[in-house]
This record gives sequence, structure tokens and C-alpha cells, in this order.
Amino acid sequence: MKKSEKVAGATANYVDERTGAAKWLKKNLTKVFPDHWSFMLGEICLYSFIILLLTGTFLTFWFDPSQREVVYNGSYLPLSGVHMSAAYDSTLHLSFDVRGGLLMRQIHHWAALIFMSAIVAHLFRVFFTGAFRKPREFNWLIGVGLLTFGIVEGFLGYSLPDDLLSGTGIRIAEAILQAIPVVGSYLAFFAFGGPFPGTSFIPRIFIVHVLLLPGLFLALITIHLMLVWYQKHTQYPGPGRTEKNVVGYPLMPVYMAKAGGFFFVVFGVTAFLGAVASINPIWLYGPYTPGQISAGSQPDWYMGWLDGLVRAAPPLETHAFGHTISWNILIPGLIIPGILFTGMALYPFIESWITGDKREHHLLDRPRNAPNRTALGVTAIVFILITLANGGNDIIATHFHLTINGIMWFTRIALFTVPPIAFVITKRICLSLQRADRDLVLHGRETGRLVMMPNGEMLEVHEPLSDAKKWTLTQHQNPDALPAPLPASATVGLKGKIRARLNRANAVQIPAPTLSELKELGDGHH
Amino acid sequence: MSNQVERFQDPGLPEHVHRNADVDPKAAKRAEQQVAILFLLSAVGTVLTIVSYIKVPKDKFFYLPIMGSTNAQQLLLGLGLTASTLFIGLGAIQWAKKLMPDQEVIAERHEFRSEEEDREDFVATIKERAGAAGLGRRSLIKRSLGLALGLVGLSPLLLLRDAGPLPGKYFDTTDWAAGTRLLLDPAGTPIKPSDLEVGAVAQVLPELPAGTERTLENTGKDAVLLIRLRPEDFNLDAERLSWTHEGIIAFSKICTHMGCAVALYEQQTHHLLCPCHQSTFDVTRAAKVIFGPAARPLPQLAITVNADGYLVAKQPFTVPVGPSFWERNSSNG
Repeated sequence: MKKSEKVAGATANYVDERTGAAKWLKKNLTKVFPDHWSFMLGEICLYSFIILLLTGTFLTFWFDPSQREVVYNGSYLPLSGVHMSAAYDSTLHLSFDVRGGLLMRQIHHWAALIFMSAIVAHLFRVFFTGAFRKPREFNWLIGVGLLTFGIVEGFLGYSLPDDLLSGTGIRIAEAILQAIPVVGSYLAFFAFGGPFPGTSFIPRIFIVHVLLLPGLFLALITIHLMLVWYQKHTQYPGPGRTEKNVVGYPLMPVYMAKAGGFFFVVFGVTAFLGAVASINPIWLYGPYTPGQISAGSQPDWYMGWLDGLVRAAPPLETHAFGHTISWNILIPGLIIPGILFTGMALYPFIESWITGDKREHHLLDRPRNAPNRTALGVTAIVFILITLANGGNDIIATHFHLTINGIMWFTRIALFTVPPIAFVITKRICLSLQRADRDLVLHGRETGRLVMMPNGEMLEVHEPLSDAKKWTLTQHQNPDALPAPLPASATVGLKGKIRARLNRANAVQIPAPTLSELKELGDGHH
Repeated sequence: MSNQVERFQDPGLPEHVHRNADVDPKAAKRAEQQVAILFLLSAVGTVLTIVSYIKVPKDKFFYLPIMGSTNAQQLLLGLGLTASTLFIGLGAIQWAKKLMPDQEVIAERHEFRSEEEDREDFVATIKERAGAAGLGRRSLIKRSLGLALGLVGLSPLLLLRDAGPLPGKYFDTTDWAAGTRLLLDPAGTPIKPSDLEVGAVAQVLPELPAGTERTLENTGKDAVLLIRLRPEDFNLDAERLSWTHEGIIAFSKICTHMGCAVALYEQQTHHLLCPCHQSTFDVTRAAKVIFGPAARPLPQLAITVNADGYLVAKQPFTVPVGPSFWERNSSNG
């Protein structure tokens, strides 16, 4: 026995005698995970969260979450002698007088952007492949929660330094609170400990930012991962992959090395961005005062779509009976985001209601094979992209020499017209891709080789696909993979009629080719 | 017949293909060396981090293309940290890809639904236990418990009451009163009409009673923008025109949409623009909204000059300044 084996044996023995975990560990250390690049998106979320915890802890050692007024006398000379809050002062101290402080601030901010981007990319992957279907609805809901809290956490994070830009963001948040009917001004006074800006808000959001929300993240992420572990990962369809198995590599050693290594890669990339790409240079903005503002005020991208909606809102207010209701704030700031996020959270249940499909799904859909869902996802993305672009309308206007007026009217019209067009186009593209798959299976792959027949006719040689490829392209329409039609009893009444109509739209598919069809065509060389 | 259609069959897992390193000991040795080099590069990165922390002065800046003026220490620390982490990752992944087993294995799934027998047992147990508690029978307990649970959440809500005072009339008032002098911000000096040329803009704040320190809360409500136009440029009714003085007009600087400072003045068009959401106000027409999401004009402050020739407020704002709120009476704008 080699020495390393002896040590391993002794360690395993030591642990097991104290925990009885041998059986559990043996099973779980050899647990199988399927391999695909898109499964790394969720990993990026997890790793950037860890980076956020590490760098954030470092920042708290110097950051002073206080709105007490101080006079700056640090080494950034342009602000010497300026009155500012202790929060802003300590952020300057971190940036200029703590070795590696600016680096950590920048890594933290970049990691936050990567965290949010990876959550959104992971969400797209899960949505477009149908990974949210039974039995994974809980994890979908947790994911929607993480996205929502992530937006809040990011906003609170960049609000903490109390610079002119972030103070403006807080001012807008206060106006949203204030706009809530009946209780708005009370909520604003309670949140800010009195009139805006006061001296309570930064200390309060600090504790939410560093304790409350991270704790919640930790709990939700733990449940999220435990469910992934317990339910086993989904996998893409292919030869040997079924609803009853999971094909891939074992955790130990392959995934330990790959996933562990990937953590360091994510850290390295984030550190590189923090080293070379300046982000949120708060010393250029100056301390916050309500009487000033910098032109081109922009939130971080995950808030930008909200800001874009607010910018596009028509100037609507109701003035009646001595009260004011600001629809120009409520609709874009609370009502539309509420509808979007509720719809997103409920989507797995809506889809299962439409299809009547209550079976477990572990094989992922190729997006083209679920044209309706894919089209709906693209519709939502297009809607958000339009609002996001409008959130930067001032920057777009100055860079491309357009008028803000023109961009806003484009946005207002595009928000209602472009997403439906995107839906129709996406659905058509999906069906076309299904047709292309059908052609591939029946007629083989184009090889680019031309041959001249004895009669002078030119033909391109087609090569038949491998059995594996044929299976991959057709497996989704096996009778046992398709949901049963809705029972007649489920389509009665108005609700039933809507359900039947949606079910029909959802069921539009190009029939997948069968072996019989292929045989009828002959050997496929033509 | 449709049920006799032949379908494609799952051919099963493809045959495992060996990698170079699996069959050629030389290739395996090369892979091992590659992994080792990557790990060594990480160690070099850590050395770079330590050296730049200790040896590079923290206030040394130098110019780099694209990045501009850059702090040498922060950059080197960052690059060191990048190398020390990135290369560990790349090494581990190279190790896994080249040398660890790459044969796919199959694990079976189990259905999550429990066996029918267990499910029935479970439901029966729940029913029996719930029955033992007698919740169904003892409606008095059920209702009083419902009441208690419904109320218990009120206490923590109530305890948050002291998070802030009640707003009262706070949103309706500012520090402007009849006769309040306009002080230039940030100089804090009173201002005469002659200090402003036509086309000029100035931010002013109200003079506070002696001994009162100005806070950000004051500024957040009181900030006013003075703009001087040629009097013939105004397009105002008689009352609003009387609120101006020699072509000088004063508006609340706090946006009526979401409270940002309306700071961008276009001299040519006499437009005021809020940088947050681009609400645009026409100065010549009493800050009427001509574009953007704001629903109300910026409140106008009536100004005049006092006996000493300094600009003063004629009267307080006639409407609340800043963004809307539920209790705001907006019948007069």
C-alpha cells in the first residue's frame, strides 16, 4: 500500500467512526454529473457569490456606514477639505490609502455585475431548455427569489458609498416609496428615519446589505444546491441518455477538479477585471448633496431596465379629492415589474396547466422543439432589452447624435409592437429549425462534394447522419415523450376554452421523421 | 397503419475513445508537466502579489494607454492575484481533462413519488394525528388560534413604528417665507439682480434664521434655480409674470417626478432638463412640462427685491415641492 493510500484510509476511518458517514459519502463522492458548458452558468453564480462574501468582508473592515458629517483630509487632494459623510470618506480612504483597497472594491463591484449576469444567463438556460418542469418547480421559485433579492442587494451595495451618483439613486428610491398610495409618505419617513436624506438610511441598508440579504442568499443557495443534488442534474438528450438515468462524470475526482478549478478561474477573471478595468470611480462624483447631480446618471445594468421603463412612462397623475396618485411612477416602478416577476415565478405552473403535462422531466428540451416557450422567452428578453436601451437614452443620444425625444417615442411604440413581432419571428425560426432537423435526418448532411453523373447531371453527395445524431434529433417526439391531449372535461367553460386554445398553439410542431419514412426514401443518396 | 410506424431507436452510449494521454505514456508525461507549469505560474503570481504589496509605493501613478493614469500598486496587486488564482484553476481543469478518467458513467434515477403504500400510510398518519389533536372538532380552539396567529404578526410591525417620525406636513412646506433672502449656493452670499447677466443660471438657498445650521434635508427641499432671461422672452400670465423680477425667474430645483436636481439648462431653448429621466420644463412658460415622465411643472417661487436691493422671496411656495405623495393636494398644480 502506498503512503497516500494509507493516509486516505486512516482519514476515512477517522471520519466514519465519528459520523457513520461512510455509506453516504461513498455514494455521494461518486455522484454523477452530466457535462455541458451551459451547466457552468449556475456555477458562476455560486462562485461570484463566494467572491462577493470574501471581498465584501474585506471592505467592511474599513468602510464606516455612517452619514455623520466629516471633513476629508486623505490623500486624494481634489477633495481635500470637502464636507462629506463618513461613508463617503471611508470609501475614499479604502480607495486611496488602503493597499489593495481599490482593487478589492473593484473586484467586489465586478463580481456583483458577474453575479447578476450569471443569474440571468442561468435563468435563460433553465427557461429555454425547460429545466424548470416537474420536479424542479421549487428550484425555479428559489431562483426567481435569488434574482429579485440580487437586484435589491446590488442596488443597496452601490448606494452605500454615499457619492453623488448613488445618492441620486436613493433619492429616486425614496420617491418610489413616497408614491405608494395611502401609506407612501409614512413608509418614506420610516425608511429614512425622517426626512430625506437623514442620517439613518446608510447604516440601515448597510446591515441589510451585509447581513440580512447575504444570510438569505446563503439559505436559498443551500436549498437550491441540495435540491439539485437530491433531484440529480438534468441532461441534454442524446444517445444513452434517458429520463431514467443520468450520464456524466463522477464528482470525485473529475468534478472536484473541474468545479474547484473553475472557481479559481472565475476568481482570476474577476481579479483581472478589478485590476485593469476601473469601475464606479466615486471620487470623480463627489459627495452626495440633494441640490446637485451629474449628467448622464446611470444605474447598474440590472436596474437599468427599470430606469428605462420609468423614463418611457407617460406623465400621468391622478389629482382628486385632495390626493395625488403618481401613475408615472407606480406603473413603471412597481406594477409592470410586479407583473413580470409574478409571471416569471408562475410560469412552470402555467405551462403545465396549458399542456396538462404532470410527468417528471429530466431530459432537457432543445429550445427549437418548444417553439411557444422559446418565443415567449425571446419576447420577454426583447421587452427588457428595449427598456434597458431606453435606460441609457441620454448616453445613446449623445453618442449617436439622436434626439432623446426620438428615442423615447421609439421606445414607447417599440415596447408594444416589437415583442409580439419577436414572438412570431421566433416561433417561425423554431419551426424552420425543426424542418431543417427533419431534412438532416431524412437526407443526410451536405458534404460539399459534387459529382457529375454519366448523363452530365451534377449532384452534391449527402452523407447519412450517425445513429446517435438521428436519435438526438428525433427523440423528442417519441409517443412517450409527448404529453397526452387535454381531456375533454378540461376544456369546458371560458377558462377551459382559453386552456384549449393555448394548448393547441403550444402543440404546433413539425412532425419528426421516422425510420419508416427514411426507409421509404431509399438510401438517401440523391 | 400509424401504430406500425418504425421509429429511430436509442443506439446507447457511444464507445469510449481513448485520449492520447491514456495510451501514450509520453503524452501523459507532457500533460503532467503542463499541469505542473500552470501551478508554478500561480505560485509566481503570489510572489508578485507579495512583492508589490511590500515594495511598490502606494501613491505611484503611471500612464497606460486606454487605462489612463493608473495606480502601479493596485494594478500589480491585481495582476498578481489574477495569476495566483487563474493558474490554479487552469491547472486543475487541465489535470481533469487530460489525466483523470474521461469515461462517461451512467447512474440510475429514482422517481420522487413515493410508493403508493407509503403515500397512503402517510396520508392516513396525517389524518390520524390531526384527528388526535381534534382540530376539526374543537372549532373554538381553531378559531381562537387563528385569531392569535393572525394578531401575533402585528407586534413586530408595531415595533418598527419608531423607525421614523410621522411626516405630518413636512412634504408641504419649505424654508422659504415672505422676505427670505436668496443666498448663492455654495458661497452663501445674498444676491442682487445685477449679479446675474441675461442667460445666467444660479443655484440659491433660503437664508435660514441665525444660528440654524443648513442640513442636507433643508437643501433637499429648498434648492431653487434662478434664471435670467430677457423679459420679452416670457410667456406667462400676469400673476406668474409678477412673480419674476427684471427677467429673473425662480423655480424649485427638485424635480416633480422623482426628486432629482433639475440641473441642465439649455440657454438657447430656455429648457430645463432633469438628467435622471429627462423630464423637460419650459422656463418661459412657468416650467411647464414639455417632455418626459414628470406630470407637474416645477413650482415657481415668487421673488422681488428688498429695501437693500437684494433678491428675496415674495411669499412661500404656493404648492409643495418635489415628487408626488398621497396626501398632496394637487388641485392648483
